[in-house]
Amino acid sequence: MSAPPLLAVEGMSLDFRTRDGRVKALDGISFEVQRGEILGIVGESGSGKSVSAYAIMDLLDDNAELGAARLDFAGADLLAGDRSALRGMRGREISMIFQSPRTALNPIRPVGKQIEDVLVRHGPVPRRQAKEKAIAALRKVRIPDPERRYDAYPFELSGGMCQRVMIAMALACEPMLLIADEPTTGLDVTTQAVILDLVRDLVDHSRMAAILITHDLGLAGEYCDRVVVMHAGHVVETAPVADLLARPAHPYSARLIAATPSSASSVDGLASIPGNLPNLLRDDLPLCRFRERCDRAIARCDSDPLPATEVAPGHLVRCWRPL
Amino acid sequence: MGSFSLLRRVAGAIPSLIGVIIVTFLLSRALPGDPAVYFAGPAANAESVQQVRESLGLDKSWPEQFVRYVLDLAHGSLGNALTTGQPVLDDLVQRLPASMELTLCALLFAVVLAVPLGVLAAAKPDSLVDHLCRALVTVGAAFPTFFVALLFVYLFYYLLGWVPQPLGRLDEIYYSMPPTVTGFLLVDTLLAGDLEAFRGAAAQLVLPSISLGLFALAPIARMTRAAMLTALGSDFVRTARANGLSRRTVLFTYAFRNALLGIVNTMGMVFSFLLGSNVLIEQVFGWPGVGSYAVSAVIASDYAAVQGFILLMAVAYVLLNLAVDLVAGLIDPRVRFEG
Ligand SMILES: Nc1ncnc2c1ncn2[C@@H]1O[C@H](COP(=O)(O)OP(=O)(O)OP(=O)(O)O)[C@@H](O)[C@H]1O
Ligand SMILES: [Mg+2]
Repeated sequence: MSAPPLLAVEGMSLDFRTRDGRVKALDGISFEVQRGEILGIVGESGSGKSVSAYAIMDLLDDNAELGAARLDFAGADLLAGDRSALRGMRGREISMIFQSPRTALNPIRPVGKQIEDVLVRHGPVPRRQAKEKAIAALRKVRIPDPERRYDAYPFELSGGMCQRVMIAMALACEPMLLIADEPTTGLDVTTQAVILDLVRDLVDHSRMAAILITHDLGLAGEYCDRVVVMHAGHVVETAPVADLLARPAHPYSARLIAATPSSASSVDGLASIPGNLPNLLRDDLPLCRFRERCDRAIARCDSDPLPATEVAPGHLVRCWRPL
Repeated sequence: MGSFSLLRRVAGAIPSLIGVIIVTFLLSRALPGDPAVYFAGPAANAESVQQVRESLGLDKSWPEQFVRYVLDLAHGSLGNALTTGQPVLDDLVQRLPASMELTLCALLFAVVLAVPLGVLAAAKPDSLVDHLCRALVTVGAAFPTFFVALLFVYLFYYLLGWVPQPLGRLDEIYYSMPPTVTGFLLVDTLLAGDLEAFRGAAAQLVLPSISLGLFALAPIARMTRAAMLTALGSDFVRTARANGLSRRTVLFTYAFRNALLGIVNTMGMVFSFLLGSNVLIEQVFGWPGVGSYAVSAVIASDYAAVQGFILLMAVAYVLLNLAVDLVAGLIDPRVRFEG
């Protein structure tokens, strides 16, 4: 890793204040995104994938308390100036797309207008030209008949079309980083492939990098360059994707892989991992949050804070007894 | 919305109107008191009461009375009011503008205050505005309208003398009534070019409008705040923020326009409620509207007038719902297309 990363997250912690106590959603997570790569973030439901992305994008709910040692993007400090640095970059340098594309678009505004809003906001684009540019953006994500679709409302489009519109919106200003939070959940397998091929294509043929959040390790294996495995608010393993799939070092990753059906990704394999995530409201969370589900635990797991061991070049694992 | 679906909505209101006609008839018959006794006067004997009863057609059975009532309706007649001696329809048409003007002013007052308040409260939860909004909603819901009205009269007319005597729409000693065009004094005085009278009419309107409007403030503010909170917490607002749209665009173009649907619905509800509940306000301020007309009709067991008033309210309610549907269709394409 010689070139400076596009995005560097270091020691980020996040609590939610709730009526029942503090949800310790993230605990000192670190990862990097290199230019021109797709980084996968995988983990079962509730492991903190989405909130990590929200924390980067400053989209967290009001009850969130973010403590981050470092959050750097293209040489700029995203935490600076009460996050005003980030606000200027959203939609222009960093964009994000979400799951459930139907509800993620404004239901009462034509989709073309929504893309225009982003264009007009970020560039000196006159309204007249904005329409042409919006149509071009729709064409770029391979929406058939973009001139007509420009006037469509989200409810008139299929889920896959809505997701493409959202991608068109996110890419309208050619950002350097696209964060995609489970962009294909709820879409059929064919549409899923179309959407992800599109993202892969854009990364390969422009200066853009992407984070692909998914709980489907099979999908990550197919589309990502590197993968970050998360468990209960910890990053437990980071590795090039082939390396991870062939030689997982963390017991949790190994179980994830074992539970992922090799061919079809339609089955939610992660459900079959024994035990549950620890309740993040607990005050006595173990140092290693996988401790209570792990059959390889040793005495040291209870006494020493998690190490970060490099088992191979670019392959980091946070475990006292890696595989 | 196509004219076809509009027609369908109007047609959909017909069964409820038929229901209203039946219920109105039964309700007015259930009023305590005997109109024949009332109108025969205190000096009447059994014979003259019977005479009055026959002349009013009240000696007939209920089904017979009902058939007559429906036949009259079919000829566009609501019958004659005993209290005024005039056709009920004429009375209502003549008095309706006064009530409408008052209700509209009250609604305007409420909307102008409640909507921005609700929006600001939702935009900054737990801020001063938010607490103000919540306090207002609680207080507004707790005080009975007529009590507030009396309090206002005592305070602003009796103690402070800021407003003219709370008797009617215009003090005709000082101002001359403008020729009736719309029936709305604020409009008619302007049409007549009489600014003095306009100010006079406005001054008369202030207290009753505010008393009535206070009542509408709470539901509208509450709905605005809730609808805005829902909209601001929605996925599409998150998308808008993630794409870096300005706070203003997010708040108005994205959140508010979506919240508007709920707000307009509430406004329609509140409006029809005000139209009925300004009965008390009209009493307090000597307002010559349909509300005070209904009160005297009820006291006199004036069947035709009571029936006419309730029917008017029902029609107004149906029309209002139609208007709300139309506006909703303008705001929300999904309503427009579902047909
Ligand atoms: N506003 C909030 N208040 C309290 N707790 C929250 C809030 N938002 C998220 N959490 C908690 O943070 C944890 C991580 O949630 P997150 O949505 O990031 O999971 P995820 O990995 O994205 O899961 P999924 O695959 O289901 O999307 C969960 O335990 C969740 O309950
Ligand atoms: Mg998620």
